[in-house]
Amino acid sequence: MAKTRARDRMSNEINAGSMADIAFLLLIFFLVTTTIVEDKGITVKLPPWSEEEPDITKLKTRNVFSVLVNAQDQLLVRGEIMPIDQLREKAKVFIANPYNDETMAEKPTKAIISLKNDRGTSYGVYLQVYNELKAAYNELWDELSRQRYGVPYSEDMKFAWKKAIRDEIPFVLSEAEPTAFGEE
Amino acid sequence: MAKFSKKRGKTSPAVSTASLPDIIFMLLFFFMVVTVLRDAELKVKVTTPYATELTKLEEKSLVNYIYVGRPVERYRELYGTKPRIQLGDKFSTVNDIPLFLERHRIKVPEARHGQITSSLRVDGEVTMGIVQDVKTQLRKSGQLKVNYSARKDPKRKGSGVKGD
Repeated sequence: MAKTRARDRMSNEINAGSMADIAFLLLIFFLVTTTIVEDKGITVKLPPWSEEEPDITKLKTRNVFSVLVNAQDQLLVRGEIMPIDQLREKAKVFIANPYNDETMAEKPTKAIISLKNDRGTSYGVYLQVYNELKAAYNELWDELSRQRYGVPYSEDMKFAWKKAIRDEIPFVLSEAEPTAFGEE
Repeated sequence: MAKFSKKRGKTSPAVSTASLPDIIFMLLFFFMVVTVLRDAELKVKVTTPYATELTKLEEKSLVNYIYVGRPVERYRELYGTKPRIQLGDKFSTVNDIPLFLERHRIKVPEARHGQITSSLRVDGEVTMGIVQDVKTQLRKSGQLKVNYSARKDPKRKGSGVKGD
């Protein structure tokens, strides 16, 4: 009895010196396994699948902004070859149509962007084209938002404002089934 | 002058290491919070392209990943160099996508099924053919929310027009 009591008295303090080592061990484990991935990307809503043929609606050619990308990653925009860095500006002018050009969209609500690529188009270029078109809309939204509300357009602005802007300039991008000329 | 230095020299400057565990713990917690345990080893080479109009994927538990790219060096002999799809930790075909999506879906509460996003991590050099097949299969399986994984170009700041 006496012996144990003596023992108790002696070891009533745990040595915390090794605590740091244990913590280090855990730290190193998490350091090694960690991947700080930036999960970012272009979010897209795909159209639902239907087996039926889509009914053909005739659109006025002035309202359609057609973008074709071939297997050599070249762009044909409304019948003209165009380098990719002009796409954003051209798309913006087409959608907004500030000078009421006869050949461009009647109203932003009527503008349709039609994107068609080949199965041999490289994914990088496809995404770049998509990015430019999205950027064109983003810039138009931003301009409208600044002009009307005096704030830059962002995802977390007032819902009603955002909706008003999105209604005025809706993002309409239709993707056609790709052609298969340059499949790898 | 001399007085000062003498006084200093005498006192033994033993830094207390008692707070060391606390500092380490702080670091540890930081890494525990930011860490994402990688559940799958990448068997295909994926270098995502650059883009500017990025949105962030918020909740990791609502995201499933589909990798598309050429097999890495190690698997070339077995699987060739043609672009392949990787689901989870194995090479797959387009036909495996519905089951893969379903496996992920049952882990998510039913009310949030509409918020599930498929993150397509596709190599920039892959051609659209295989991507198109994946997209078609996703549409057929009713998985319509898709995120094309991309990075910000570190060389271009802001929303510069991307050339080349």
